[in-house]
This record gives sequence, C-alpha cells and structure tokens, in this order.
Amino acid sequence: MVVGVTIAIYAMLSVALNIVVGYAGQPNLAQSAFLGLGAYFAAVLSTRYHIGFWWTIPISFGVAGTAGFILGAISLRLREDFLAITTIGLNFVVVAAFQYVPFFGGAVGIYSIPLPSIGGRQFGNLDFLVTAACMLVLVVASSKYLERTWLGASLTALRDDESASSSVGIPVASYKVVAFTLSAAFAGMAGSIYAPFLSAVTPTSFGFTESVVILSMLIFGGVGTIRGALLGALVLGALPEVFRFISNFRLLTFGLILLLMLRFQPQGLAGDASAASRFIRNALAPLRQGSGPRRSRG
Amino acid sequence: MFLSSLLNGITTGSLYALIALGPSLIYGLLRVLDIANAAGLTLGAYVGLKVWRATGSLLLSLGAGIVVSALFGLGLQRFLYRPILDRGPLIPLIASIGTFIAMEEAFRLVFGPAPLAFPARVPFHTLRLGGAIITGIQLIILAVGLVVLLGTWFTLRRTRLGLFWRATSQDRPTAEAMGINTRGVIASIFIIGYSLAAVSGIMLGINYNTVYPTMGDIPAYKMLAIIVLGGLGNPIGTIAAAMLIGLVETFVVMYAGFVLPRDAIAFIVLIVVLLVRPQGLLPGLRGTR
Repeated sequence: MVVGVTIAIYAMLSVALNIVVGYAGQPNLAQSAFLGLGAYFAAVLSTRYHIGFWWTIPISFGVAGTAGFILGAISLRLREDFLAITTIGLNFVVVAAFQYVPFFGGAVGIYSIPLPSIGGRQFGNLDFLVTAACMLVLVVASSKYLERTWLGASLTALRDDESASSSVGIPVASYKVVAFTLSAAFAGMAGSIYAPFLSAVTPTSFGFTESVVILSMLIFGGVGTIRGALLGALVLGALPEVFRFISNFRLLTFGLILLLMLRFQPQGLAGDASAASRFIRNALAPLRQGSGPRRSRG
Repeated sequence: MFLSSLLNGITTGSLYALIALGPSLIYGLLRVLDIANAAGLTLGAYVGLKVWRATGSLLLSLGAGIVVSALFGLGLQRFLYRPILDRGPLIPLIASIGTFIAMEEAFRLVFGPAPLAFPARVPFHTLRLGGAIITGIQLIILAVGLVVLLGTWFTLRRTRLGLFWRATSQDRPTAEAMGINTRGVIASIFIIGYSLAAVSGIMLGINYNTVYPTMGDIPAYKMLAIIVLGGLGNPIGTIAAAMLIGLVETFVVMYAGFVLPRDAIAFIVLIVVLLVRPQGLLPGLRGTR
C-alpha cells in the first residue's frame, strides 16, 4: 500500500513532466523542485498555520504553478542545453531556499506534519492510496484531454518545429508558458500529498538527483506518451521497493537506465516508435483491420 | 589579508580553469555539455590516491590517474557520445548526467562512502610572502595552471592540432572535406579533457586532503557556470571566467559573508547571466582566431 502511494506520486510527477518534456519538447530537470515547493508549502501551512489538508492541495497547486510560470517565462529566452542548465540550477536554488529561508524551517526540514482527516477520521494508508490515485486520475485525465485540444496539438507542433509553428500562427511563447505552468502545478499537487504521507520534509530530498530520477522514469517508459510515463513510474518506482538490494544501488540503476535507454532505445519502452509498441501495433493490426472502419494507411 | 585572499582567489581560479578547460574544448567541438567530465575528475583522484598509497610516488599517481581517466573519456566518447550526437544537444546532455550519477554511485560502492585522506607531501615548501602564505600544493596548482594556460594558447594558435581543432569546431563537414581527421581530433580533445580532469582531481584531493565519491558535484556545476560565462567553448574566455569566478567567490566569502552557500550564488549568477547575455560574457573572443 505504501509502495502504491509512492508509485502514484511518481506517476503524477512523470505524467506532469511529460507535458513539458514530451509534448512541448522543452528540457526540464527541475521537476522535484516543484514537488518540493508543493510539499513545503503543504508542510508549513499545516504545521504552523493549521490549515487543513484539503486546503493545502489548491495552495500547493497554485504556488508550484506560479513557480512553473516563472520558469516558463525564463524558458522563452533560452534554448535546449541552456534551458536544461537553468533548470538544473533551479534545483540548487530551491534547495538552498529551503535550507536558508527561515519560513521553510532550515536545514533539518519540517517534522510531524499532521495526518489529513476525512469526516473526522484520520487518514490511514488506504485513504492515502485512494487520494493519491484520485489525484493521479485527475492528472492523467487532464493530460489526455490536453492531447486532444488545440493546445496539445500546438505544443507537439512547436516541439517538432518552433519557427514553422509560429509561422502558422501558434502563439509559441504563451503556450510554452502554459505547459510549464501546468506541469509544475501538478507536481506541486503531488507535493501536497507527499508531505503528510511521509510526515516530514527535508530540503535535500528535493534535489537535483530526484529530478533526474523522475526524468529517467519518463525516458524509460517513453517520452511523449502518457502510458510511457505511467509505465516508467510503475516499473522504476516499484523496483527499489520490490528488490530491496536495488535500493542500495538506486542511483546507479537510474543512471545506467538513463544511459542505456538514450543510447539504444531513446523512444523508451512504450514510446510511439519503440520496438515494443511497434511490435504490439503490428500484432494488433490484423485485428483492427477486420473489426471496424479504422484502416491502417499505406 | 588582501594579498592572501588574492592568492587564494587566483589558486581557486586556476583550479577552476583546469576543471573547466576540458569540457569547454569538448563543447566547442561537439556542442555537448560534458558533465561526465567531473566523473573523470573523481576517477582520476581515486586512482591517483590508490597508486600513491601503493607506491608513494606522486608522479606515478598522476600518470596512472591521467591514463585511466583518459581511457574512460575515450570510451565515453566512442561508445556513448558518438552514436547519439546527431539527436540534438539535449540527449547527450542527459546521457552525460546519467553517466555522472551512475559513476558517483559506482565510486561509493567500490571505494566506500567515507572520505579518504590524501596526505601526499608535495616537493615544495610553504612560502611566506609578506604575510601571505602559499602552501606547496597551491604553488603546484598555480604552476600547473600557468603551464596549462600557456600550453592551451600555444596548442590552439601554433600547432596543427590547434588548427584542426579550430577548423573542426567551426564546421565539421567542411573540415572533414579538407582532409582533417575529425574523429581523431575529437578523440584527442577527449584525451586532453579527461587528463586535465584527472590532474585537477588529484590536486583537489591533495589540497583539501580528502577524496570522496561526490567530490565531482561542485566541479560539475561550477564548470557549467564557467563554460557559459566564458562564452561557450572559447578556451581563453573559459580561463578568464574561471579566474573571475575564483576571485569573486573568495572575496565575497571573505568580505561579505553571504548567508546563502556559495554554490547557490554561482547558480543564481549563472541564471541571471544566461537571461541577460545568453551568448556569454565574452562572446567576441569566440573561435579564437
């Protein structure tokens, strides 16, 4: 059950990250910074100001979204590897802020975050799982909806060719900002459940390596697809929990996965052009042709 | 006080220059931000430490560190970067980050998580210059820094390799068409870059008397900041930026006593510079005619 909540949180983060990295094609190595912002605001508000869990969700959503908006605005001036460096830097800046700004409780972090309650009853693990799953469904549904809207289509267009898309009238700048804002806001929402679930937040748990972990989940599963993001979070999130010995080599595993995937299978395991999904599509092709009006082209 | 800060700043700057020069040359050639170079630094430091402990010879340990690190860099270039170069700058960058993180974990597993001491005695005595103190290792860092600085300038301006490097970094297909063995040039730059990383790793280890798995972290992002400030793959600009950052850091910590850690300062400065001058502080020097 605990593993389930962890996986659901990672799944939210990687599906949200997919909006920026997958659809809009912008590098973002700061996803855990937004998670951290959400978690920290939830922690501070619930311990120091006794604001209930349900209210911290929209606040975390909003705060992280605002930070994402700022990063989105920055992203307009920078391209590719420089944007990537800037997002790396953002991790360090946010962690430094957690450590040194008194509001965030300093280097030790914030402890004994109260459990949320529902109908007068305190949350158990099952409640956490259900809530996290609901949040995940919300994130996936919004992401799915986004895929079908003009905004989603425009984002993939600007990913493939920015100048061509702006020449056909896609407001590239504002759409990029929207993508960053949405993605960060969802990450912040994940943070609002992360904090009470772990009952403690520490600055270093939202550092750069955690961002890399989230990114490697997305790359492992397949950048650009929701199923890829979910698969990556499921497999890589469960791996260290199921095989205890891996947790000792956690970063080694993630680093190697990142390396090997990018080298040999950059579409990820379930991406649109990956070996596995091509195989499945080919296997399903005869079924599809027989069953309905949808015919494969060519 | 001022003199000793100045000397400290220059030493730090020379060290930063050594660290950032390799990745800067590589960026100039391939447009890849080679974060894994910092793993070469740690690798060189560990190998150097082990060899020094076994033999007691600092020269041997430098040599071994350089060879192992250079081989590592060469392998990385051959088996990781070359096949994925044509997929844009982001994929090699992320692969490089993956390599770096995996290597750090590997160091922790192989050499243990605890910092190891590197109490090598260097063949120079501590000097006193009117109140300022220079330790032997600082003297070596300064000397090596100066040699590398002059060597880089000389290589780039006066040798065939420098000519080929400039040609390849400006236009690879054309350079190839002119009969330049661009693969050889790229390989040689990786050898140089990772050798410098090993040298800086060993000197870092001796200077702070410690070698530990994550010692590449700070060099990794300092070098990013320096490459950007120095005008992206411009070696002379890189050295200037390294000196500037070394001096500014030392003096800021000395006189202002910032609340934020100096690492966060470097990144805030980096982000601001990227936003205001995305082409770097010294864009005019690019290409080093």
